[in-house]
Amino acid sequence: MQLTTKQRTRVDWFLTFLRIAALALIGAGLLAFIAQAIDANNPFARWANPDALSLTGKQFRDLVVAGLAQGAMYGLIALGYSMVYGVLGFINFAHGEVFMIGAVTGAVTSSKLAEAGAWESNFVLCLLLVVFLSMVVCTVTAVIMERVAYRPLRGKPRLIPLITSIGVSFFLQNFILVLLGPGTKSYAKMPDWLTEKRTFLEIQGTRILVLAVAAVAMVGLWYLVERTKTGKAMRAVAEDAEIASLMGIDVNRIIVKTFAVGGAMAGVAGILWGLLFNSVLHTAGFLPGIKAFSAAVVGGIGNIGGSMAGGLTIGVAESLGPLMILEPLGVSGPSQLRDAVAFAVLIIVLLVRPSGIFGERLPSEERT
Amino acid sequence: MSPDTPDANSPSSAQPASAQSEPVLELRRVNTHYGAVHILKDVDLAIYSGELVCLLGGNASGKSTTLKTLLGMLKPTSGEVVLDGEVVNDQPTSYRVARGVTMVPENRRLFKRLTVRENLELGAFLRTDADGIAADMERVFELFPRVKERLNQKSGTLSGGEQQMVAIGRALMANPRVLLMDEPSMGLAPALVQQNFELIQQIHQAGLTVFMVEQNANMALSIADRGWVLQTGRVVLDDTAENLRTHPDLQASYLGTAEQH
Repeated sequence: MQLTTKQRTRVDWFLTFLRIAALALIGAGLLAFIAQAIDANNPFARWANPDALSLTGKQFRDLVVAGLAQGAMYGLIALGYSMVYGVLGFINFAHGEVFMIGAVTGAVTSSKLAEAGAWESNFVLCLLLVVFLSMVVCTVTAVIMERVAYRPLRGKPRLIPLITSIGVSFFLQNFILVLLGPGTKSYAKMPDWLTEKRTFLEIQGTRILVLAVAAVAMVGLWYLVERTKTGKAMRAVAEDAEIASLMGIDVNRIIVKTFAVGGAMAGVAGILWGLLFNSVLHTAGFLPGIKAFSAAVVGGIGNIGGSMAGGLTIGVAESLGPLMILEPLGVSGPSQLRDAVAFAVLIIVLLVRPSGIFGERLPSEERT
Repeated sequence: MSPDTPDANSPSSAQPASAQSEPVLELRRVNTHYGAVHILKDVDLAIYSGELVCLLGGNASGKSTTLKTLLGMLKPTSGEVVLDGEVVNDQPTSYRVARGVTMVPENRRLFKRLTVRENLELGAFLRTDADGIAADMERVFELFPRVKERLNQKSGTLSGGEQQMVAIGRALMANPRVLLMDEPSMGLAPALVQQNFELIQQIHQAGLTVFMVEQNANMALSIADRGWVLQTGRVVLDDTAENLRTHPDLQASYLGTAEQH
């Protein structure tokens, strides 16, 4: 790779134009939003969107917290994409389905616990049990997936496991469909003390819980990857599998462990989904999966902290973006466009910083 | 092409001075393929304990393949890889590392995103003797005081010479008996090449068996006891370093090209 000045082609100019246009759009939206916030009747705000309603401080705060909670969930899923990409260099598109299986496990076990009467009386213990079971089920799913679908394809061109992962994704979706039917699987009702608004900021208790669980999971993962021998081996394999094996590291075992850890994180995320939305479908893994993949790319794929940062970025953007940028610009029904906003974030980040927020250009050319 | 190709069935023509009954590491009539491409052809070589030996050859002569075969990163299609008299063809790399064979790879290949300390710790990955690991870490610091200063730095930020020190240190952390070195002079400034070869001698004098693979034949032969010359996957010369240095075939066919570097 050469860093010398290259002749700019028409494509480069076009990309620059796109970058400027995207940033200008965001800027205009934000300016209109600010103008409205200052005075709903000022001419600029009227011109941009005569019917726009400004957000109150409380609404704004609620949107940020909701975005953070959902973003933390995306971040946990993104870790699985990112870590597997790190060691194997391919995107496991079936990972969103692992997350869905976690959410379904939570729905089934929580309603069973509620039937037995334990859910209300002993909520914290039940929740811990549900999280644990979901992690176990997802870990096992991910490990079997690696063994059955991906290991036989090791060393094949990257496109082959990639396409296989889409097949695995369909399989898992339909497996749950056959197993549990097409209906919505509901979680047991959350206790009132959890859903009520808490702290001086009046944040919904569930969201505090979601953020806390995600933080604990992240710290646990950080410790595993940065402070243990297994984590060191994972990072070594991610960087140079051949030399890692020369150190005596069993690369296959590390790959299995990576899938297992990614699966466990998806299991936690599945329960967070349940806490936030209270129900789950066999197709629930698709959109969060794709958004989490976007989060991994936005943060810089292969980078653990980046996955969380990317998740939070996308979560907050899709929560705030529609009302802060789209509505002041006169787009009607902006809240329905939250998914579009999430992917717009991905596109804009790729335009401006292709390696992601925390991504580093790896000297992969040096590896032979 | 060479009249001096040793008869594959006879023992090596150049026995080492310290010859013992049994070599530490040995290839017996080894053939290796990459897909359909035949790389190593009936290669025989034996490394005895305490030796400093070298394998010479130009580009694509099969030098790196020889090392990978010795370490089990590549399986021979026929022939035997023997470690301490045991055929280890089917044993993984980790088995051989645990039994004292380690390599300093070509271009060092450090884990650049990991710290120097982590690189060294990974060298001792298979060991469980915490005291021994700590002692070996100290030994590496004695050998390379610079490494100690850089301990908590990402290894990718080190200079080429420092990276070479870490690469050798990482290999020593496995507490090896046999150290394989792939092109130790590759990619280093000329001044560092000299220093590097002095270091290899020093490690050898400390009791390690060293097997190095080199293109820089003059340099390698100046410190080695004996050596082999590989040409398109075949051992064409097998002699003492002294004899190899003056060998007309080596001078004509090999050194001529090697010195253009």
